[in-house]
Amino acid sequence: MTPQMSLRAWLVPAILLAIAVALPFVVPKYYVQFASKALILGMLAMALNLVVGYGGLVSLCHGAFFGIGGYALAMVTPKYDPVSLWWSFPFAVGIAAVVALIIGALALRTRGVYFIMVTLAFGEMLFFLFHDNQFAGGSDGAYINNKPEIAIAGRVLLDLDKPLAFYFVVLACLIATIALLAMLVRSPFGHALAAARDNERRARSLGFPIFRLRLIAFVISGAIAGVAGYFSAAQFGFIAPQTLGWHVSATVLVMVLIGGLRSVVGPLVGALVLLGLEEVLKATTEYWKLAEGLIVIAIVLLLPNGVRHLLTAVLGERKEIAPQDVKAVAKVEHA
Amino acid sequence: MPEASPVIASMRATGLSKQFGGLRAVADVSLDVHQDEIHAVIGPNGAGKSTLINLLSGDMQVTGGSIVLDDRDVTRFGAERRARSGIGRSYQKTTIFQQSTVHENVRLAAQAHSKAPLRMFGDVVSDANVNAAACDALERTGLTLRIGTPANQLSHGEQRQLEIAMVLATSPRIILLDEPLAGMGTQEARKIVDLIASLRKGHAVLLVEHDMDAVFELADRLTVMQDGKVIATGLPQQVRIDPAVRAAYLGTHGDAAGDAA
Repeated sequence: MTPQMSLRAWLVPAILLAIAVALPFVVPKYYVQFASKALILGMLAMALNLVVGYGGLVSLCHGAFFGIGGYALAMVTPKYDPVSLWWSFPFAVGIAAVVALIIGALALRTRGVYFIMVTLAFGEMLFFLFHDNQFAGGSDGAYINNKPEIAIAGRVLLDLDKPLAFYFVVLACLIATIALLAMLVRSPFGHALAAARDNERRARSLGFPIFRLRLIAFVISGAIAGVAGYFSAAQFGFIAPQTLGWHVSATVLVMVLIGGLRSVVGPLVGALVLLGLEEVLKATTEYWKLAEGLIVIAIVLLLPNGVRHLLTAVLGERKEIAPQDVKAVAKVEHA
Repeated sequence: MPEASPVIASMRATGLSKQFGGLRAVADVSLDVHQDEIHAVIGPNGAGKSTLINLLSGDMQVTGGSIVLDDRDVTRFGAERRARSGIGRSYQKTTIFQQSTVHENVRLAAQAHSKAPLRMFGDVVSDANVNAAACDALERTGLTLRIGTPANQLSHGEQRQLEIAMVLATSPRIILLDEPLAGMGTQEARKIVDLIASLRKGHAVLLVEHDMDAVFELADRLTVMQDGKVIATGLPQQVRIDPAVRAAYLGTHGDAAGDAA
């Protein structure tokens, strides 16, 4: 049984990888770009799922980390020249990680529904920061006229302007992300993170440093979201403040829900399903948003597992803190 | 990581109090627990026994008083740091990882006290010390045959055993047990009583329990609480004949089960 299972465990990813590698050679250029976009959003959804699915923390500010990665690229790209990928990429990811560290350090002091509200508030704060100030183009957004490249002594080795090269760079990052997340969730760190999700009180009394544990997960997740944002901005050559807002965060959450909360690659599947659906519906009907909404509702109703897990993640934790909350509220009322 | 264990572990609480709004749940309670000793705390419902355990374990912060563990003031430590300083606790209401297997529950407990509790690479099963601590705890609590069972499929009694197994897997020096026999049948209770008796050697045990037979069988010292205060403390035989205790508690006890929470 074991050899068969390990064969299947290798065969399926190998076939999927072969398809992913062959894809750009058999489909038109438009679909290569579409596939790149889908993989980027899949990366974002997988990053979000580290905190939502494994950490039990429903974040509504991952759009902000995604957008920060893009804005970081826009702001370091000179007007008439491409920027070097070697330093702009780590810079953008680093900025996203620092923002995640700051937001996480504050938001992780809350639980359950309050955590959702606080992350939403931080996301919106960043949206208005970029929307209402002119330093990064304000409400018009910022352009990236030349895509990042890798050049040695004036010779361009990798130019992200070429859709094929771009696709393969994104694919490589996606595989690296899957490998990183798979390693994390299997490690003692990942098990501790899940333990804190399932029973925070017990995890704490066993001696796990819950706050630090969640903060690390939040920062890793935010950094990966920054990677996705960097490539997304590079692909479109443009970044708008809307990217930071709750709409993107919520859409990615829907991808996570469609794909399932308890697997690393599930959210990637969710992203491909949702974007594929949009693409098909846009071509068939003018009212594609209505149709999309109805189909998403149907998916969620017919595959309730994802949603149920989300609800336990939120409500389970709320239940745990409820007694202290009641006391805290009572105290405030007495005062 | 816990520091090198001193020969004798002990925990001393002085003048502990806890205020909830207008309610003084624990008022000026002083007690100590020493290694190789079981110190039982009894008292009617609402006497503040569970709150006392929560204060000692760090689940709640004190309003006043101090807690010293082997000459080290741990009063301001949160639950995580207390646990890593060598204090292990069980809960009155079963608090385990319901979805995980028995083995994973105990392994997590051992992991929390390993050298690298948040290691990010490598499989969870690769730490030999963690595995050994987990196996040892499972063996002592008699759960070895149930390691693959999800915790939510265990009987109530087995879940109580798992509570204690998780405490043991953290290799604590001080063990706080909050009604370990709650809701157990006679036979299951017998097993747990024997298990607790076996913990005396090498640990300092604080036991809160309603089952008077178990308490008088196990306790080396006994403290009686009422309305958040200590009304008597000493050897079980002395406490038993203390007039204040008889009036407040034992006099009406007759059927101890009637007190079960």
